[in-house]
Amino acid sequence: MHKFAALMVVAGVAHAGGVTDPDALARLVHQDCGSCHGLTLKGGLGPDLRPESLDHYSVDVLRDVILDGVPGTPMPPWRPLITTEEAEWIARYLLKPETP
Amino acid sequence: MKPLALGLLASLFISAAHAEPTATGDLGLVIERATGTVVLVDQSDRAALARIEGLGDLSHASLVYSPDERFAYVFGRDGGLTKVDIVTRTIANRVVQAGNAIGGAISDDGKLVAVSNYEPGGVRIFDADTLEMVADIPTDSKTIGLVDAPGRRFVFTMWDTGETWIADMSGAEPRITRIENMGDRPYDALITANGRTYITGLFGEDGLTALDLWSDTPEPIRVLPGYGRGQEEMPVYKMPHLEGWALTGSEFVLPAVGHHEVLWVDAATLTETGRTQTHGQPVFAMARPDGRQVWVNFAHPLNDTIQVIDTVTKEIIHEFKPGPAVLHMEFTPRGHEVWLSVRDAGKIMIYDTQTFEKLGEIDADSPSGIFFTARAHRTGL
Repeated sequence: MHKFAALMVVAGVAHAGGVTDPDALARLVHQDCGSCHGLTLKGGLGPDLRPESLDHYSVDVLRDVILDGVPGTPMPPWRPLITTEEAEWIARYLLKPETP
Repeated sequence: MKPLALGLLASLFISAAHAEPTATGDLGLVIERATGTVVLVDQSDRAALARIEGLGDLSHASLVYSPDERFAYVFGRDGGLTKVDIVTRTIANRVVQAGNAIGGAISDDGKLVAVSNYEPGGVRIFDADTLEMVADIPTDSKTIGLVDAPGRRFVFTMWDTGETWIADMSGAEPRITRIENMGDRPYDALITANGRTYITGLFGEDGLTALDLWSDTPEPIRVLPGYGRGQEEMPVYKMPHLEGWALTGSEFVLPAVGHHEVLWVDAATLTETGRTQTHGQPVFAMARPDGRQVWVNFAHPLNDTIQVIDTVTKEIIHEFKPGPAVLHMEFTPRGHEVWLSVRDAGKIMIYDTQTFEKLGEIDADSPSGIFFTARAHRTGL
């Protein structure tokens, strides 16, 4: 089961291109985004990030929010820590966790 | 043959556990956040004794202890409130009391357990014995910074509306005192060990707000307003926690928000007495129980590092990298050791606080909070 999940992630990366370590990115999403949004992303101090809550946003919008944050809210800009490609991968991962 | 032997061993172990009285004074629980489990640890032996399963989503989980140090009440992110019996090493009771919870507290008499919730926002109070709900206090806001206060009271604060409420549970019905204007988006709070001063940290503005709970009508007291003025605001990748406070004679040390420093405050006058620049955004600034040192960990991506500050000189006297993602620290009650949870190493690491020498480590699966039973006897923990 774990192997299968890993394969899926690798396939997603090949599609995305330029993202070197999707496992590390998925870990970042759950562990570090999870500090505010919950380990299962169902929300905490920050809002719910599950696909059904985000599906009215495009990948581009989510990518930009990740990179630049939301001024006036606790959402910080992640641009100092990740690349545009990585932010885009995270945006796709949030919308479609199975096939980012 | 092997399974039989193991089975025999297990039954021997279980009967031994029941035959011998269990002293719990040097035990503790460690949250394993990803697997919904807790590990029972023995401080004196620096060892894990058992793993207890089935506690739900434990991201950002915390716990409090019953006065007899037998039961732990574990507050899970999924709204689960689980009563763990550390003598029998089993779950004694469990309720899912809300959709999204953030922490809890136990009353001074040990009879009531309160949980603060994000969704639906508010505080729910339960009978510590049965986990039956005895009071429901909706606040129309994400509720943070819930602590116990003397006089069978709970104090908690609203992220959205900036109010602090005091719920007095000494009578038949809760009596609520509302204090407005605590500040813009309070993110956490603490109460001093004597139960007198409640301090909230603010996300939306530079500064903190204190209440004197000895006052009949507590009023918000601004602490360090505008402490970051003139400095560039830095991104906060993890909100600090306010827990554990330092006394060097008479000072608190608190993490700044959006600035890489800790702030020193005179406990009597609530005015600034100094600042110490740190390696990153502090998450916990925790005093060794004697108050001589403050240990600080940091937000992602600098969360592999610990700095130790001498509270007399306010200077950093030691810095080291225990491993990836140091999430929490817990001192032994007299402060001779500190236990660190190093999440991405899958270890609890134990250090001597005088020599900084590493004394041992214990395997744990994505460990986060470490809670020793001595917390049972401390207001606000």
